[in-house]
Amino acid sequence: MDGTLPQDDTWTVAGRRFRSRLIVGTGRYKDLEETGAAIAASGAEIVTVAVRRVNLSDPKAPMLQDHVDPKKYTYLPNTAGCHTAQEAVRTLRLAREAGGWNLVKLEVLGPPPTLYPDMPGTMEAAEALIKDGFEVMVYTADDPVACKRLEEMGCVAIMPLGAPIGSGLGIQNAAMIWMIREQTKVPFLVDAGVGTASDAAIAMELGCDAVLLNSAIAHARDPIRMAGAMKLAIEAGRQAYLAGRMPRRLGADPSSPLTGLIR
Amino acid sequence: MQTAVTLTLNGESRAFDGPMTVAALLATLGLETRKVAVERNAAIVPRSCYAETWLESGDALEIVHFIGGG
Repeated sequence: MDGTLPQDDTWTVAGRRFRSRLIVGTGRYKDLEETGAAIAASGAEIVTVAVRRVNLSDPKAPMLQDHVDPKKYTYLPNTAGCHTAQEAVRTLRLAREAGGWNLVKLEVLGPPPTLYPDMPGTMEAAEALIKDGFEVMVYTADDPVACKRLEEMGCVAIMPLGAPIGSGLGIQNAAMIWMIREQTKVPFLVDAGVGTASDAAIAMELGCDAVLLNSAIAHARDPIRMAGAMKLAIEAGRQAYLAGRMPRRLGADPSSPLTGLIR
Repeated sequence: MQTAVTLTLNGESRAFDGPMTVAALLATLGLETRKVAVERNAAIVPRSCYAETWLESGDALEIVHFIGGG
């Protein structure tokens, strides 16, 4: 074993198999060149994208597809900025028409400053989208009852926050993330809250199938280097999870033998 | 015969020489059909129907595409 992950360590969502356990957003970068380079450095195979009005005054402006090839990366359209179920469903129907994708990320957000998931709106949108044939990866509160309900409705991945979107506060709810992980049968991701590489490793050590992040890379001083760091952290966290951590104990337990001490 | 068609495009009123289909509108605007999606009066226009979907004055269209997002 040379420290690299076994080749068969993959995860599957909605019948699609992936090797990378890092999903990255494509927003908040300096420009599209940096977006493309950071995503390449992250090793991600899935990228989240937003749906917005075309700028009709500049129709020849470079588009995301020119720098992040949809044939190479799985586009995961999101509903960022949607605060009602109706807006979210409308947005994803347009995304499906624009790209033909059924696999989507649903988020229905409450007001600032927390942008916490609006769970009644999320439930309503999830129900409508699943009925309409979408495969819904859902951003959710770290609420085990709500998460179970979303899973029973047919969401294909459960994605609670580790901390508010864009806050970079890290995994503030490790115990709750672990408890929801334990009850979840479909892919389970932390989405939002990661601030630096160690946060991503912690999420993976808690048993997440993957981690979704954006700002931690895009707002790093050197986004491309941070993208590489995230790739390593995700792999390290995954390895540590598979290896199984030692038990915690309240007190010391010497590493060297106590026999044969000189007197 | 040319008739003016006034449309609301992404919230802005614009006048075009008509009659006009969605396909013709996108061509006039210089947009690649495979990179956008179109909603007409809050109903999605399937890409396969662009050439036969005729626009009427007063139609409200949303033309969207993918941008970077988290």
